[in-house]
Amino acid sequence: MNLTLKIWRQKDAKSQGKMVDYQISGIEGDMSFLEMLDVLNEDLISKGEEPVVFDHDCREGICGSCSLQINGEPHGPDRLITTCQLHMRKFNDGDTIYIEPFRAKAFPVVKDLMIDRSAFDRIQHAGGYISVNTSGNTMDANAIPVNKHDADDSFAAATCIGCGACVAACKNASAMLFTSAKVSQFALLPQGQVEASERVMAMVNQMDAEGFGNCTNTGACEIECPKGISLENIARMNREYLKASVKG
Amino acid sequence: MSILDSKIPEGPLADKWTKHKNTIDLVNPANKRNIDVIVVGTGLAGGSAAATLAELGYNVKTFCYQDSPRRAHSIAAQGGINASKNYQGDGDSDYRLFYDTVKGGDYRSREANVYRLAEVSGNIIDQCVAQGVPFAREYGGLLDNRSFGGVLVSRTFYAKGQTGQQLLLGAYSAMNRQINRGKIQAFNRHEMLDLVKIDGKARGIIARDLVTGEIERHAAHAVVLATGGYGNVFFLSTNAMGSNVMAAWRAHRRGAFFANPCFTQIHPTCIPVSGESQSKLTLMSESLRNDGRIWVPKRKEDAEAIREGKLKPTQLSEEERDYYLERRYPAFGNLVPRDVASRAAKERCDAGFGVNKTGEAVYLDFASAIERYGREKALTSGMQDPTKEQVIKLGEEVVEAKYGNLFQMYEKIVDENPYKTPMMIYPAVHYTMGGLWVDYNLQTTIPGCYAAGEANFSDHGANRLGASALMQGLADGYFVLPYTIGDYLADDIRTGEIPTDTPEFEQAEQEAKERIDRLMSASGTHSVDYYHKKLGKIMWNKCGMSRNETELKEAIEEIANLREDFWKNVKIPGQANGVNQELEKAGRVADFLELGELFAKDALTRNESCGGHFREEYQTKEGEALRDDENFKFVSAWEYKGEPKDAVLHKEELVYENIELKTRSYK
Amino acid sequence: MGGLIKSSIARKVAMALSGLFLVFFLLQHFSINFTSVFSPDLFNELSHFMGTNPIVQFVLQPILIFAVVFHFVMGFILEVQNNKARAVKYAKYNGGANAPWVSRNMIYSGLVVLAFLGLHFYDFWVPEIVYKYIETNPEVPTRYYEELLHKFESPIRTGLYVLSFVFLALHLWHGFASSFQSVGFNNKYSEGLTKFAKAFAVLIPLGFVAIAVIHYFNH
Repeated sequence: MNLTLKIWRQKDAKSQGKMVDYQISGIEGDMSFLEMLDVLNEDLISKGEEPVVFDHDCREGICGSCSLQINGEPHGPDRLITTCQLHMRKFNDGDTIYIEPFRAKAFPVVKDLMIDRSAFDRIQHAGGYISVNTSGNTMDANAIPVNKHDADDSFAAATCIGCGACVAACKNASAMLFTSAKVSQFALLPQGQVEASERVMAMVNQMDAEGFGNCTNTGACEIECPKGISLENIARMNREYLKASVKG
Repeated sequence: MSILDSKIPEGPLADKWTKHKNTIDLVNPANKRNIDVIVVGTGLAGGSAAATLAELGYNVKTFCYQDSPRRAHSIAAQGGINASKNYQGDGDSDYRLFYDTVKGGDYRSREANVYRLAEVSGNIIDQCVAQGVPFAREYGGLLDNRSFGGVLVSRTFYAKGQTGQQLLLGAYSAMNRQINRGKIQAFNRHEMLDLVKIDGKARGIIARDLVTGEIERHAAHAVVLATGGYGNVFFLSTNAMGSNVMAAWRAHRRGAFFANPCFTQIHPTCIPVSGESQSKLTLMSESLRNDGRIWVPKRKEDAEAIREGKLKPTQLSEEERDYYLERRYPAFGNLVPRDVASRAAKERCDAGFGVNKTGEAVYLDFASAIERYGREKALTSGMQDPTKEQVIKLGEEVVEAKYGNLFQMYEKIVDENPYKTPMMIYPAVHYTMGGLWVDYNLQTTIPGCYAAGEANFSDHGANRLGASALMQGLADGYFVLPYTIGDYLADDIRTGEIPTDTPEFEQAEQEAKERIDRLMSASGTHSVDYYHKKLGKIMWNKCGMSRNETELKEAIEEIANLREDFWKNVKIPGQANGVNQELEKAGRVADFLELGELFAKDALTRNESCGGHFREEYQTKEGEALRDDENFKFVSAWEYKGEPKDAVLHKEELVYENIELKTRSYK
Repeated sequence: MGGLIKSSIARKVAMALSGLFLVFFLLQHFSINFTSVFSPDLFNELSHFMGTNPIVQFVLQPILIFAVVFHFVMGFILEVQNNKARAVKYAKYNGGANAPWVSRNMIYSGLVVLAFLGLHFYDFWVPEIVYKYIETNPEVPTRYYEELLHKFESPIRTGLYVLSFVFLALHLWHGFASSFQSVGFNNKYSEGLTKFAKAFAVLIPLGFVAIAVIHYFNH
């Protein structure tokens, strides 16, 4: 198929960027979206132009590197997948495709479609852990039984890949789904209870300090999340936060 | 006597590690504050090592090329992690895990290391649970296990199909705690370009900031390389796009021996290549072979018709199909080990029976499983004389419950419904058992330079068992390296901070810059991917699932020529002083072009077939691998001498005191 | 106010609680208004009570005013913050793909409701305050029904009134149901509660519209 691509090009963090049009042909439906961009880049290289920079690594939907806003949606029109799992058969010959970086003040553009998501790392640094040393002398793994449903819910929250689609989709660029997923993972496990109050306070404060927007419950994050992280996690984080605030 | 000293402690196998821990030197807590350690790579091995070293009190700097440590490719591991907890009471023990691992590795791994791995495996599970890793549980609230990869016990802990992700996030959370304490400084989007040696010891690295393009010097008292495997030398593999050998190869060039480079694991159940622009292969869990039957058409004309789209696989009757694994290996059938299944698929496709448009795919068919499960289900739910449609519907439900997520993944990629038409699969490069040679302390042949996880060679011999990679990464990082490194660092308590304004750093930085300049100033005819794909084709065709002397010799020459051409004619647009992904790739491919040649040379030297290494000259009449314990019961450790062809082989003889060597048979 | 609600979650909860309070007020307001349809006497009696009871006038009324002011001031603050959180906008943004229009445009439905409140204050509340506390007219317990009827004589005013309630319904459609999520209530009862909230969001404004229309056509 032949396509028109409208791609955000930006030299570096300090420069102004703009949308640039590209024509591309010979795209097969079996190609992944990123392979389509590989073809474009090979073409640009052969013309001596700079290829389009974008983040990608595992190309199987788990590392969370790829982060493209495609036709106005994070990871494109398909559901429960990342950009690297999107295939060109979802598009038609002659389509125009808008490709932009995930946009948020807290995710500044590094170059072209590559963004800086270190804000997510800093939220995790603030409290995304259980304080236990790796001595190998912790208690036996089976010493504390965990209710299966809680363990499953905790796992479901923990599957977050930190891609930032929630922020990109949210009209407010809020990072509540991301933050709540980590808070929930630990809040649901007995091991996480000890530091629950400090954790939620520290992580929410960091989230706010990074300049993400406020949550207005539109639910866009849940729809666009490639791992289907549930809004329930946000409610849980709100609860945990209120509980921690009351405790002081 | 070889110059390789594996430093295996004396004494009975089961006491070696304890005794070793009791006798090695330690660094007192106050002194640890004055010691810096660099950890390159933040996957399971690197992340867990960094966290533990920082906990102990060392000042740690981590480096990864990704934008966050959490994205290291350990995250993609699906199945699980082995540990000899014996929670199922099925007779598992440290010895049994040790035995299975050595045997699975076709007797090419080091006994003492493997036993230690088994010994600390239980601790890993304790540790991860304490960290909040949400492993699968039973209704009673205790941990669940599954069995894996043809062993006789259930010892695999798992978190659905995302065990690697959960374990990595556990290690990442331990890192975060130390970053918050200021004990780890994380350098993300940084790539190690060289190892810096001072007085023969590893004292730092040269790294490139991938955002600014700046070349930086980082000094430390020791350097840990946990940079994963080199499967991407094949271009197409299940590795991440960025996975590379640069750090290990740079260390090799500085004097670290590279062990068993030809030991590569090729996984049989991957989604086949769809076309020329394919960039990456996706693995599907091995568990599919429990119920799927593998076949190709019996007649070549049918295979051709299928390739041209004139015939559908479902139109072929049972008699027109060749279930070649069941035919060749009646005892194990479709459940033969990974290496055997992979080779058999290649053999059929090479003979012209491949079934997708590229001719490189075989069928994995669930029709009989669906029918079998459907009948069972109909019977147990008391249906009298169910119709064929009813049986199939019931069977599909059972199969969906077992493999639903995999089927869905397949459908997303291939756009065919695997319930209605057989899946297509083909082997793909998945893991590399070879890596930097290390002693019992995980130290390479460069003092102060350590290697952990897939980057070293030590535990899996010639073939790795399923669910053992995660175990090894975390064992090295959490429980082995942080202690053994103390033995070396104990001598460094008075050294003080390592300055970076020394001639050694100066020179290493200069060389790194010159290398970049050379790459940027090549004539500019072909892109980096052009070379990488060419290298991949050579590797796959001549150093892949089966190898022979003639082709290996050809490969060595072709790779050397390709490398020369690369340095003359590679084309890298843009500048070096900012983000330049082509430049990053070029540096990695340049090293693959050297490693590839050593790989072929190693395969050529090893005149036997063992594990993932199959030499066509060394096989039984039935086409099975023929191991040669008399002449090749050793680790090949290669010393860098300029060009890969000049590399010098050192042998570490393997001693088996606790295991009797046997031939693997699956007939 | 800034210090009190410095975290995003606190702001969110405050928004939800003030909203819930207004929902409760709305229900009360509707219940009284509704009596005007079938019993002018009851309507007068209740209105008289609300208009003269000191607790209602000097405790509940200021709280209500505070809640209204808080809710819209906070709404503005959030809108400004949220706008800043995405400084560079998307060239193409397909918001409809993942979130309903109402949830993405609370600021607009809110603004319409706010404008309506202005009209409403001008129509009822300001004259009422002037009547009672500035001109200090004597209380006539039966004046309320007449005043009500008088306001719905104009078709334009009635039309505006109807239109405003459509926007109120839109605002409530998202706001009411999602306030439970904001205060952390999301569990097996949520589905039922959401249905109730959505029904409320339609029925109550519809009721107000019905009252207005009935009085208009009764002229």
